[in-house]
Amino acid sequence: MAAKDPPWIMRTYSGHSTPRASNALYRENLKRGQTGLSVAFDLPTQTGYDADHPLSRGEVGRTGVPIGHIGDLSELFAEIDLARMNTSMTINATAAWLLALYVGVAEKQGAQPKSLRGTTQNDIIKEYLSRGTYVFPPAASLRLTVDTILYTVEHVPEWNPINISSYHLQEAGATPEQEVAYALSTAIAVLDSVRERGIDQQHLAQTFGRLSFFVNAGIRFVEEVCKLRAFARLWDRLGAERYGVRDEKLRRFRYGVQVNSLGLTEAQPENNVVRIAFEMLGVTLGKNARARAIQLPAWNEALGLPRPWDQQLSLRTQQILAYESDLLEYPDLFDGSKVVERRSDEIAEAAWAEVERVLAQGGAVSAVESGYIKERLVASNAARIAAIESGAAVVVGVNRFTESSESPLMSGGGAESILRVDARAEAEQIERLVAFRKARDASEAERALERLRLAAERGENLVPASITAAKAGVTTGEWAGALRQVFGEYRAPTGVTGARVPELPMAYDQLRKHVDELERAIGRRPKLLVGKPGLDGHSNGAEQIALRARDAGFEVVYEGIRVTPKEIARAAADEGVHVVGLSILSGAHLELTREVKAELEKLGVHVPVVVGGIIPESDRKELLGAGVARVFTPKDFQIAAILENLVDVVRQAHAR
Amino acid sequence: MSSDVELDSLVKRALAREPAAVARAISVAEDRRASLEPVAEELLRKLSRGGHPASARRVGITGPPGVGKSSLTSRLVQRYRELGRTVGVLAVDPSSPRSGGALLGDRARLELDPDDAGSFVRSMASGGQLGGLARAAGAAVEVLCAVYDVVLIETTGVGQSETDVEHVADSVLLVIQPASGDVLSFIKAGILEIPDVLAVNKADLGSVAERAFSDLQAALVVSAEASGGSPPPVLLTSATTRAGVDELVRVLDERYERLVSEGKLEQLRVAKSAAWAYRQFRERYGERGVERAGGKDQLVATLTQAIANGENFLESMRRAAVREP
Repeated sequence: MAAKDPPWIMRTYSGHSTPRASNALYRENLKRGQTGLSVAFDLPTQTGYDADHPLSRGEVGRTGVPIGHIGDLSELFAEIDLARMNTSMTINATAAWLLALYVGVAEKQGAQPKSLRGTTQNDIIKEYLSRGTYVFPPAASLRLTVDTILYTVEHVPEWNPINISSYHLQEAGATPEQEVAYALSTAIAVLDSVRERGIDQQHLAQTFGRLSFFVNAGIRFVEEVCKLRAFARLWDRLGAERYGVRDEKLRRFRYGVQVNSLGLTEAQPENNVVRIAFEMLGVTLGKNARARAIQLPAWNEALGLPRPWDQQLSLRTQQILAYESDLLEYPDLFDGSKVVERRSDEIAEAAWAEVERVLAQGGAVSAVESGYIKERLVASNAARIAAIESGAAVVVGVNRFTESSESPLMSGGGAESILRVDARAEAEQIERLVAFRKARDASEAERALERLRLAAERGENLVPASITAAKAGVTTGEWAGALRQVFGEYRAPTGVTGARVPELPMAYDQLRKHVDELERAIGRRPKLLVGKPGLDGHSNGAEQIALRARDAGFEVVYEGIRVTPKEIARAAADEGVHVVGLSILSGAHLELTREVKAELEKLGVHVPVVVGGIIPESDRKELLGAGVARVFTPKDFQIAAILENLVDVVRQAHAR
Repeated sequence: MSSDVELDSLVKRALAREPAAVARAISVAEDRRASLEPVAEELLRKLSRGGHPASARRVGITGPPGVGKSSLTSRLVQRYRELGRTVGVLAVDPSSPRSGGALLGDRARLELDPDDAGSFVRSMASGGQLGGLARAAGAAVEVLCAVYDVVLIETTGVGQSETDVEHVADSVLLVIQPASGDVLSFIKAGILEIPDVLAVNKADLGSVAERAFSDLQAALVVSAEASGGSPPPVLLTSATTRAGVDELVRVLDERYERLVSEGKLEQLRVAKSAAWAYRQFRERYGERGVERAGGKDQLVATLTQAIANGENFLESMRRAAVREP
């Protein structure tokens, strides 16, 4: 038997509540055979707010670990040797800051920056398109990205400074061609900016070699195999042709994966175990385009946050494929396959044509600002959803084979089958923050912030000033606040106004009739406000509801992501809407809904409120008890049915 | 909303700039049920009696999609608020011809303070009309004029017949962007005769903006010479850097004050309002209705007189229809 290839790095995307709780979880996961760490940060950390900022309310420790200062990060990695760890951090707008904190903590542990290995996601373009945790306008954001790249290539050479993420593009509905095209367009925008800084060819080639990708893999795993081969080929070509990289090794396509969350279902959730395993095949089978690092979601992610046991099952799935099966004993399985070759060619060709269209518009940044890419993604997602609604795309347990025995995993409606974030975590985190601020040398922190502001104004690389600030005890909110002063904030195009959507399924004829009847009864077209309160930037659901509601005949007001409850209430008041729909995926639905309802009350607006999101059964009951008219979860995949519900809700409210 | 008491209380709250009440008043005006028409009329009458519609400055903002009208509107609101004036905005978006629904997306680009009762933004769908304005927009503008010092009416598109905004505004601001080929096509379509003020937005783009600015100035001089008038003012603006915004407000103010001092404002408003009412009348009662009311000239004269006598356009329209032989 030939020597086995070494397995990929195995990680689990995790972190929640507090640095201390997350540290315990990490050490547990490492004991179980995980070979790297993948840090999930909470939304305040990702968008640059301290835990005690009004926008952070309800979000602290929710979708990940809160990191407010160097003390938090030290605690997160307590008893974990950073000189030997490989740490991936899903952090973007504030990536330079988290890198600075990481270097600071590593030095405190006695590790040399040169020895540090890991990844900062640091891909801002896809934040504007899909994930939503951007802060600054594109030009300033791109500068921060490039600062980080230039700094690490010189001082932390083993670090992957950017993980260009096609992952979130697929989550937003991208086709394989679009996923490849927009990720490559992003890479070009970044590399062109690096080149414009005036570095020499040798450094440019080295930088090219440090760029890595974060890819998605869906259930159509044969196509995914081909997508990754197409990706690798185009990347190699881009390096050689556009950037003159001679060394083949530096042109190698390096990527990590989280397999698809989009396709995980709330109905019959145990089926997701199998989906996850098959999806992993797409990124492991072919040695020539195999992932360097894999993290798998948990089977119950459409229900809420996974528990340690759920994550363990995902880790075991990786371990079985890597250690038990014979996969790693063979060279590339698809070498010479005409079928795979042909599909890879097709994807590469279509993707490259789209790259050229983006370049013709001035590149990825222009195509983001104009809304072009976003509109394309919104349209693709609409087509994907339409296929599920019509049954053209089969989702087992959702639109086919829906009959099921009662699941022993889901006793009590599944309330016990998810992790509950400690309700005291937010208060605890704020206490720690206040104590930390009190204990630090205030004038040193102030000086460090002043230096940061100056560096920002003068166009100097911001990483050294950030490291100084990290060591001086500056907080996450202060760091981002200083840069907000210099760079300003940004609101990205929503993509819903220009998106072309496919013809609607038959169910909509009936629905339109109902909307027209409703209009006659209430005297105006029913008007819906789609609101995304809080820091959560996952807007795909809200966008699809807005589009479909328009096509069903509603008038729809949609303001994009990250609006406050107060702003939502005021918009509902001014606009005279008949119903308010809130979309919340961060888990903060109880707090945010309560706040929106209170603000509506203050303004004297009495309209029904409906809520959609990843909402566990017990919370659903609580929301309904608090006067919410309807609650929708991923189980409600028929948008037509959701809209029929809205028609009923408005009709009932009008009749009262 | 049936009793006078309720109506009086609504009017009082709206005039106190309570957002929910202003919104409710617009919703009543928007309502298509025949049974609510007398209520809407009465509401407008009470509002205009209690408020100050005559002194409200009405600015129509129009231009092709994507030129940054909403962002510029946002900056104008900001500036007016700095000057201590209250502002009502009506943002009109096209309706979907397929479903009659609409995506009202302008709010996303407006930076608003939710605590500020001195500014108010309402989005409205065009209701499938070819003109840029919704059927109910005229009534909504009257509500806003009774309540706020300045009323901005934002519509998309220019060309075709989408210039309705001129009928409800004292001044029409046309916003265009550099390097879009807009200037040339506007000259061809004769659109440059409609605006009273022009803004070349996105001045932050630098030299392309400046070139578009001088092209436009030259074109306006030529077209003014041909018609014997003087060219309207053109400004370079940027919603991003706020450049040119203060001056834009100054130019709009100057135009308004000139109309007042020359005694033309009242006449202009009556004429515009009558033209608007005529269009609405024709849409509602058809060509035959117009004939029954004595033909176009007679009808416009009737409407003009009614509006000059202080009737709002809903009333004037109804009376003109009632007067049919």
